Amino acid sequence: MFNTPGCGLSRWAPSRLIIGLLLPLIAGCSDAHLSFLDPQGPIAAAQRQHFWWVIAITLTVVLPVLVLTPLILWRYRYGSRARYRPQWEFSLRADLAIWGIPLVVVAVLATLTWRSTIALDPYRPLASDQPPLEVEVVGFDWKWLFLYPEQGIATVDELVIPAGRPVSLRLTSASVMQGFFVPALGSQIDVMNHMVTRLHLEADAPGVFPGRNMQYSGTGFYRQRFVTRALSADAFADFTHQVRAQGRAFTPEVFSQLMAKNTHAALARALDGSDSVASTSHAGQTDDAGNPADDSTPLRFKHFPSGLFGAIVAHRAPDWGQDTASLSTTRPLSSHSPLPANSSLSIHPALAAAAPTGVTP
Amino acid sequence: MNDSTHWLLGRLDASALPFWDALQHPTTKNVINAVIASGAASMVVLGAIAVVIGLTWTRRWGWLWREWLTSPDHKKIGIMFIALALVMLARAVIEAVLMRLQQALGLDGGFLTAEHFGQLFTTHGTIMVFFMAMPFLTGIINYVMPLQIGTRDLSFPVMNQISLGLTAAGAALVMISLVLAPFSTGGWTGYPSFTGRAANPGAGVDYWIWAVTLSTLSSTLSGINFAVTIYKRRAPGMRWMRLPLFTWTALCTAILMIFAMPPLTVATALLALDRYLDFHLFTADLGGNMMNYINLFWAFGHPEVYILILPAFGIFSEVFSTFAGKTLYGYKALVIATLAIAVLSFTVWLHHFFTMGQSAHINAVFGIATMLIGIPTGVKIYDWMLTLFRGRIRMSVPMIYASGFLMLFVLGGLTGIVLAVPSVDYQVHNSLFLVAHFHNMLIPGLLFGMLAGTNFWFPKAFGFRLEERWGRRAAYAWIIGFMLAFFPLYALGVLGMPRRTVAFFTPAYLPWTLTALVGATIVLLAMACLVIQLWVSVRDRHLNAMPIGDPWDGRSLEWAVSSPPPEYNFPVIPEVYGRDAFMLEKERGKAYQVPDEFPDIVLPANSPMGVIFAVTGTAMAFGLTWYQWWMVLLAAGVTLVAVIARGFCRNTPAPCRVKRCVVPT
Ligand code: HEM
Ligand SMILES: [Cu+2]
Ligand SMILES: [Cu+2]
Repeated sequence: MFNTPGCGLSRWAPSRLIIGLLLPLIAGCSDAHLSFLDPQGPIAAAQRQHFWWVIAITLTVVLPVLVLTPLILWRYRYGSRARYRPQWEFSLRADLAIWGIPLVVVAVLATLTWRSTIALDPYRPLASDQPPLEVEVVGFDWKWLFLYPEQGIATVDELVIPAGRPVSLRLTSASVMQGFFVPALGSQIDVMNHMVTRLHLEADAPGVFPGRNMQYSGTGFYRQRFVTRALSADAFADFTHQVRAQGRAFTPEVFSQLMAKNTHAALARALDGSDSVASTSHAGQTDDAGNPADDSTPLRFKHFPSGLFGAIVAHRAPDWGQDTASLSTTRPLSSHSPLPANSSLSIHPALAAAAPTGVTP
Repeated sequence: MNDSTHWLLGRLDASALPFWDALQHPTTKNVINAVIASGAASMVVLGAIAVVIGLTWTRRWGWLWREWLTSPDHKKIGIMFIALALVMLARAVIEAVLMRLQQALGLDGGFLTAEHFGQLFTTHGTIMVFFMAMPFLTGIINYVMPLQIGTRDLSFPVMNQISLGLTAAGAALVMISLVLAPFSTGGWTGYPSFTGRAANPGAGVDYWIWAVTLSTLSSTLSGINFAVTIYKRRAPGMRWMRLPLFTWTALCTAILMIFAMPPLTVATALLALDRYLDFHLFTADLGGNMMNYINLFWAFGHPEVYILILPAFGIFSEVFSTFAGKTLYGYKALVIATLAIAVLSFTVWLHHFFTMGQSAHINAVFGIATMLIGIPTGVKIYDWMLTLFRGRIRMSVPMIYASGFLMLFVLGGLTGIVLAVPSVDYQVHNSLFLVAHFHNMLIPGLLFGMLAGTNFWFPKAFGFRLEERWGRRAAYAWIIGFMLAFFPLYALGVLGMPRRTVAFFTPAYLPWTLTALVGATIVLLAMACLVIQLWVSVRDRHLNAMPIGDPWDGRSLEWAVSSPPPEYNFPVIPEVYGRDAFMLEKERGKAYQVPDEFPDIVLPANSPMGVIFAVTGTAMAFGLTWYQWWMVLLAAGVTLVAVIARGFCRNTPAPCRVKRCVVPT
């Protein structure tokens, strides 16, 4: 699942190299969607805009330094005939300018910052005529588990969402702190053990966007990536039906393998037995243990214990008696909270403080 | 390890040897990593042996003890601080180049294991901040500030020795961890719960905790020492608004040290309580919360970056004014801006964790507070440009560093503003964009400042100039190497490449990591130029001799005395009549006058306290790291006895020698 084509650099022709160097910075990658400079959703698009605006506004004070310093150094070099005033140490006009201009620039930036920060608050639900898709995210060492409580399915290292519809994420970590991030779609947010953070994203159109953990979490950190697949509404419905029909069973063994420190490939090997996976691995790619590895083995589950997310947050054992397999697939969409009302969740302090954006745990 | 030696060695056993892992699992990668790690370890061991043999061969032990290790002279302590910083700089730069090499080869793999890479970025960051930057700036303040304010020593000379001893102990611990591995992989920030005992039970994190704790204690003491000295020991007539700008920045740095270092000492101490005594302060269960650590860490961490940068600002102020042959433009504005930066630096720490889930309003407030610091900083930049304006600029080595600083630093400021906007930070946080940003502040800012200061004041300290040609080469190589090594990281960050990643799977990153490797290689050449510069300068010292002591047509009091200055700095404490005190004397033809009479001079006596703290500090930290409790108790006992014994050393003949006994101040 990670062998999406690279950024126009798959072949090393010199012209390609130059394009490959310039293009990512200017437009982002068209095929790999690595960056918010190639935004695939409303949040990332706004972030790109803010990025360039902030740079442009700040350049008004930075450019003069870059231009004038060499000029001054040259004009007043030792031995030049330029005027020399060793005692000159103050000019009211110059001082007004050097205090005043940065002040104005910072005032403009502050206004922009206030507005953009509140508008792009990751906790703020996205405006849309469709209800958001609820997804629960758990960061493990070193893979991501995605739970879809309404659909009753779960995926590992693969976030599948309908395009054009907001996604409302509740996130936690089953291990140390991690950073959940899909650059092409929007903000990153920290995920922490025993706590829940929130994030809202949306993809404009169907596509595949890389995502990953940004917060160092140990030796498998560099492999802790996932893909986000945005599908059309129909394709998304097909996908969920297909997983409900053909996905793997979410057994206690699966859960204990998720809790173990391993990467996607090792997890897949543990669940499948090593033989079946080795045959599909990329040539030459090995993990740290020297075994053939494959990060692309799909790990999709047709059910999971209800309230699994809440149990992980609260450090409780999953309730294997209650299961999403009993969910009716035809149940209408709702945005109910998947957590049991009386769960002894420890609430993120920041959540407890009344968030003016109207988000409560 | 069997039970009979357990009381002695604690949890230290053969697996701490850097090649142990490769013996157990001899994969190609493990063997390569073991060779690198063992190479580094043997350099430490051989280096130590060479020093011991050299000192014995040349019979210098007595000299070292009397003239340096037990000397309370602020100038010698300053030089020792700087020597330590340079050694640690060399190690940290080599580690940096190794990391750049790994990431240049890191598409789908590379040659370093993830564990080894984790130790590299942790030791590199920890060393650069706590054992390169801090001792460097502490050393320069130590050397220059008392000369600038016209006094004979710091207020607390023995405490100054102890500061050096504690920093040296921390540095020694980091060096020992190369031989008896591993070091932490938790980064220079050491966030729990990754650094908690559950996730990382080994000795690595404990090495990190105690090394950093020693360093922060040292810096708190230095801060107190500097601040008191500047408050209490200025020469007559040295009013506040006559202080040289470097001394102003030293004062602000000292105050920041006093208030910003303790939060980190507390944070690492609490983390130690978690790890050693199960306190659950930062664990996820039993009421702990790791966010408290992060909060405490950055309550230290942000002021820390101003501790690092302010002395460099002071040095650049002196350099711009001296090499433009002009009085500083906007002295008062520069002082006010420095004070404003120092105060504001305590109000912005949250920008290091915008992504942790607090409300948007809090993020916005801290983002805007961060931008406010841009105002006084911008004013400083323009004041320096106006200082150059209508000057007569000599492009000597310090001035090359300073010019490079001026232009590169504003780019770092630009990207700092980008990071301060929370909505944008959500995109570049924890990416290489951030790494590029802080190196853009720390290398052109802090490091160029320190190197400029070294070139500037070296002739003062040793009586001869540093060689100019190799100095220029080093300066230009630093500037070009820095740009090539770090500008690509901005692109990588924007392309989503995280920091601290050993390898990557995106071919689009490769051209940038390769360019960065070229840059790092040029930085390595710059380091080589610095070594050659020092070598050539010492070899040709008679050609570049400057005994009179004013090689650059200097402006402040340190240039008024001979080079090197006598132990007592000033035969007679000078009287100050204005800003740029020495320049005024020269203009009025009053410089170099022989005073009518020489009053008696009292200097502090030598004391072994610094050495004692260095040894017991290292021993205690090592014992704590490896659970060798007898060593901890022994070291604690010796420290206690030494401190109490010191309390009996009064201004009385015994046990100090009469002539040079301590003046209690
Ligand atoms: C001399 C040239 C230098 C080079 C080539 C260099 C290179 C690097 C590299 C490759 C990293 C790891 C980046 C990553 O996380 O992927 C790093 C991290 C770091 N560097 Fe440097 N560096 C240099 C100088 C400095 C200086 C002068 C300082 C500070 C005074 C410094 C402080 C740090 C810190 C604090 C980190 C973060 C460590 C962590 O992630 O915990 N570096 N540097
Ligand atoms: Cu939290
Ligand atoms: Cu900061």
